[in-house]
Formats: sequence, structure tokens, C-alpha cells
Amino acid sequence: MEDFQVTDRPIDLAAWRRRLDHPQAGGLVIFEGVVRDHHQGRAVRHLDYQGYAPLAVRVGSEILVAARTRWPLLAALGCHRVGHLEVGEAAVWIGTAAAHRAEAFAACAWIMDEVKARVPVWKQETFADGTVEWSQGTIMRSAAPE
Amino acid sequence: MPELTVLYFAHLRDQRGLDSERITSTATTARYLYRELVQRHGLTLPERTLIVAVNEAMVRWDAPLADGDTVVFLPPVSGG
Repeated sequence: MEDFQVTDRPIDLAAWRRRLDHPQAGGLVIFEGVVRDHHQGRAVRHLDYQGYAPLAVRVGSEILVAARTRWPLLAALGCHRVGHLEVGEAAVWIGTAAAHRAEAFAACAWIMDEVKARVPVWKQETFADGTVEWSQGTIMRSAAPE
Repeated sequence: MPELTVLYFAHLRDQRGLDSERITSTATTARYLYRELVQRHGLTLPERTLIVAVNEAMVRWDAPLADGDTVVFLPPVSGG
């Protein structure tokens, strides 16, 4: 199983959690990004995500490898959902395991920031009034060779 | 002329009205290909907001294109 995945099915939270198990781990940190019912004061009905899966998996995997060089992690995993999501569903899942909590917290937060900046996934919001908009987003940080 | 596959995502997919297409183009680089698509289809996203991928790897705008390449112009991302 790849350490970073893109899926069009609901993220299997329990299965991902089990993959963090490690006898040397003293701290597991999990971030679940879930669909909320509002954005900048407007009511959100649902979200639709698109992703360029092959590149998203590659970039996501590179982020996890980079995290493991920065912190002594026992596990670093991630999954991003694409397709149609209702309020309350998990859009993204990041999990880290380390001997001590400080590394696990720091790495999980860093991985999530990198995923938002670099993984080619796009969020479209459908608001309660029926309007449909792509999120503004951030210009993707490239790793193209100079 | 080289035959290329172009994949579209997000705003660009909406503007083009297609997920993907095969085209023949005289464009020798990703930059010239994007300018051609802007002319043909009225794509509005500025080049400076996009990242280019060829064959599933990020490349520079002046990277050369070859017959059979798959080219993707990646709009600003909004995962999470």
C-alpha cells in the first residue's frame, strides 16, 4: 500500500489509523480535514474535489519522505479524497507516529501545510444559494528542475 | 506535427469544457502550447498562476514538447 494515496471513496479512517501502529511509538498524531458547512460567512451545501492523481501521489509521497528526513518518525501517511463530499466527510487525512509527541505533532502540521501548497487537488464549493465556485487556492509550488 | 494529449482540471476544465483532448500542435514548448490554447479556447488563467506538468512530472515553461507527450497546466491548488 502506498504511504500517500488519492481516493474517490470515503477515506477508511480506521484502516489508516491501524497503519500507524508501531511498538516503538509513544505518540500518534492524526489530522482529519473535514467538510464544514460554511466558508467566509456563506452556507456551504457540499464540496467537489478534483485531483491529478498520478502527480498528487508522487508529490504527496515526496512530502512524506521529506518529513521523515526532518523528524525521527516511525510512520508518516496521508490520503486525499476526491469527488463529491458532503458536510462532515473527511477530505484529507494525515497521520504521524514517533517515539515522542513533539515530533509527531510538528511533522503532522508540516505535512498538512505542504500538502495544501503542493499537491494538485482542487476544491469546488457549492453554496446553499446554488452558486458554485472554485476555491481561490494558492499557486502550486513547483519542484521543476532549473 | 507532434500529437499531444492535454488534460484539464478545475477552472481550465470548465473553460475548455473537456477533461482531456488529443491535439496536433506546432508548439515546441509548454509555453507556446498554452498560448495556443488561450487563443483557441479563451482560457483566462495567467501563465504566472499555473504550473506545467509533462508526462506526470513538473517541468519548466520552456521545456520542449515531443510527440506523444501528456501536458497538464495546473491551476492554483486548494486541497485540504
